[in-house]
Amino acid sequence: MLTKLPFRRSTTGDQHRAHDALDWAWLTDKAVGVLVFVGGISAIIFILSVFTFITRQGIGFITDTMEVGEFLTSPAWRPTSDENPTYGAFALIVGTASVTGLAVLLAVPFSLGAAIFIAEFAKGRVRETLKILIEFLAAIPSVVWGFIGLSIMNPLIIELFDVPVGLNLLNAGIILGLMSAPIMTSIAEDALKAVPDSYREAAEAMGATRWQITWKVVLPAGRKGLLAAILLGVGRGFGETMAVLMASGHSINIPDSPFDSVRALTASIAAELGETAVGSDHYQALFTLGILLFIVTFVINLTADLVVNGIKKR
Amino acid sequence: MVALSRQAAPTPTGAPAAENKLEVRDLTITYGKTPALSNVNLEVRANEIFGIIGPANSGKTSFLRVLNRMDTFTTGMKFSGTVYYEGKNLRSWRNLYALRRKIGVVFPLPVGLPLSVYDNVAMAPRLYGTQKKSELDELVERHLRRAALWDEVKDRLHALGSLLSGGQQQRLTIARALSQEPDLLLLDEFSIAVDPVTTMKIEDVLKELRQEMTIVLVTNLTQQARRLADRTAFFLSGQWVEVGDTEALFTGNVKDERTRSYLEGRFG
Amino acid sequence: MFESTELNRRNARVEKSMGFLYLVMTLILITPVLLILGLLIYKGAPHLTWEFLSTDPKSGMTAGGIFPALVGTIALVLGALIASVPIGVAAAIYLSEYAPDNWFTRIINLAIINLAGVPSIVHALHGLGAFVLFFKMGTSILAASLTLAIATLPVVIVSTRESLAAVPMAFREACWNMGATRWQTIRKVVLPNSVSGILTGVILEVSRTAGETAPIMFTGAAFFLPFLPESIFDQTMALSLHLFVISTQVPGVPEHVPYTVALTLIGIVLIMNALSIGFRMYLRGKKKW
Repeated sequence: MLTKLPFRRSTTGDQHRAHDALDWAWLTDKAVGVLVFVGGISAIIFILSVFTFITRQGIGFITDTMEVGEFLTSPAWRPTSDENPTYGAFALIVGTASVTGLAVLLAVPFSLGAAIFIAEFAKGRVRETLKILIEFLAAIPSVVWGFIGLSIMNPLIIELFDVPVGLNLLNAGIILGLMSAPIMTSIAEDALKAVPDSYREAAEAMGATRWQITWKVVLPAGRKGLLAAILLGVGRGFGETMAVLMASGHSINIPDSPFDSVRALTASIAAELGETAVGSDHYQALFTLGILLFIVTFVINLTADLVVNGIKKR
Repeated sequence: MVALSRQAAPTPTGAPAAENKLEVRDLTITYGKTPALSNVNLEVRANEIFGIIGPANSGKTSFLRVLNRMDTFTTGMKFSGTVYYEGKNLRSWRNLYALRRKIGVVFPLPVGLPLSVYDNVAMAPRLYGTQKKSELDELVERHLRRAALWDEVKDRLHALGSLLSGGQQQRLTIARALSQEPDLLLLDEFSIAVDPVTTMKIEDVLKELRQEMTIVLVTNLTQQARRLADRTAFFLSGQWVEVGDTEALFTGNVKDERTRSYLEGRFG
Repeated sequence: MFESTELNRRNARVEKSMGFLYLVMTLILITPVLLILGLLIYKGAPHLTWEFLSTDPKSGMTAGGIFPALVGTIALVLGALIASVPIGVAAAIYLSEYAPDNWFTRIINLAIINLAGVPSIVHALHGLGAFVLFFKMGTSILAASLTLAIATLPVVIVSTRESLAAVPMAFREACWNMGATRWQTIRKVVLPNSVSGILTGVILEVSRTAGETAPIMFTGAAFFLPFLPESIFDQTMALSLHLFVISTQVPGVPEHVPYTVALTLIGIVLIMNALSIGFRMYLRGKKKW
């Protein structure tokens, strides 16, 4: 049953030079290493490229035309005025902030509730079905959401609240809330699932109910992940373009009520860029809005990452 | 390569003698800031079975991991001191892959790769350049036989290796290590996942393999060391206690009383 | 201890009602969307015919079908895949198999997170500034595809990295211990066991890319172009932008047309998603270890 190998001499020191040669396998490995490294740094290259190219297009406006005070505090966004174009982005900033704020306000409680239900209460098939549904919701394209705001929410809001226009802050807030909820839900659910089962078992052993375990053990342990989920939801809402453009009414306004129309930063770029001449003040001003968007989302994402991973490296 | 010179290489001053397969000088291993093993000095001679015994957490496994430079892919693992492999400092190897081809490793937890049984055993020969089907067939059968697995798997060579039973996977792991036709075989408590009858079969194989290769055998079964090892080292809580001829150690001829206590079963 | 004390009964009640509350919250999230989907199907499905898909739009997009937009979307998605999948898979292989655990790797990870968070309209600005103007590609399928590729690259990287990470470390160690190089290990063991997971991620990317609107607005998608593009340097119509255009820019479009376009778009996206989910479940069913 046992077969012998032909006897093999043990090697001696001299042969190491042959054994230790940098052979093809070694070279291929190194080459592939270099190749995939290029892929690895592509993300850095692209993020730098995004920043460089939008700055390149917008920098002329920032250095020559823009008055920082006016840009940040004046609500007068009149880039197309012939005599005296003004570039006050305040109303746009307020528009974006109010839509995002309303969306987060609406989405956070339900998203967290849904995440808790899916992670802690639902079981088996119910859980699987809910997760798949949530994933489906997250996949609906933003232009479809915009269309829903336009053709379904709009008449609904006019009917329900007896207002003349249904394309407004409320509409955009609800649409954006529905859009970011699935994302927040699935990230929050991941965060809750990441809490070790031993915590739950320990609490269970002390006779805690599932509700007590969730409230006293799981939520506190998963709070960083939950916070990150909310931040990423905010980032998503902040950068959303098509849905906000279509559902918000797109008129420059400092809103007094949810039934006022607003205009968002992203929507302004999408709506106006097509009508500007390359290199004009207006064109550059729109790129400057882009720079603002880039920086704010950058900060939000960075904060979310720091919240989750801490300042020290992983 | 095997057909090169018969003589020992001229040894540079300070370098160890060529009849030692391994020479370990002042070896200290740490994981991050946690020490695992300190200040080991020993030699492993060519074509011997070298046993390493000691209770859990004594640094035996860490020792093995240095010998084929697994520290390079173990997070936080660092070692200081020098290990000479056939007279050549392990740190001066440029092509560690080539080094590892000469060293077979078997760990306590069996790892059947998610390939067919056949491909598990044929992988190393293929990597080293054997492509002919007939040669591979022969190699696969030979190594599976030597690992006492052939009879159980000969009818399902194309089933997934990772779905075999634990004991079979361990013998598959051994077959895979043998398929490298290594100069040095490192075994870490190989018999944990294997039944006693198979363990005895594999022990018989190991005794024969001694003619072809050097074997370092880490075991928690002192009797296994006694059955197999020519010489044995005793490790205790990260310290190297002593090395001696196995028979001498087991017959009470020890330099350190801790060794005697351990061998007599008073702890560990 | 096991008696039904007042406290225990109260706990059970709280437990029940809290579970119910969360269920209601979940349903509040899901139900309206299902209703909306139902409405889309109700209004759009009767008109979603083969003819609608295969004819050109007529009379200033108020009649006819969506053929050029459908073809355009497929071209854009394919272009984006060709550009992003090799880079994304390479990046994932680097991060999962080669990258040391150091500050530089952390920066790469941060870059990926931030790239994923860049607003889609900013990607459009980048595409315009970089591909259309600086690299002189003009507004073209090429420029739009590349813009989409960058926008969806993080999806490929993250999903591929997850499938690579799902291959147990012990398999890699076993290969390395046989003297296999990292690349040999990847080719023989890691990739064959993660390729289906990677494919799932790619399908997901298709679904994301097909629905993107903002990134293609100024880089290659045309409002109205009732014929097929001839090369990657031409502009093209796209479903997503078409939906935007006919529902906001063109007066006199019959009500059912945008519903049908929206249904087509959502159909593509959901079928892709269903494929990737189905694929994942199938994979879970036949685990190899």
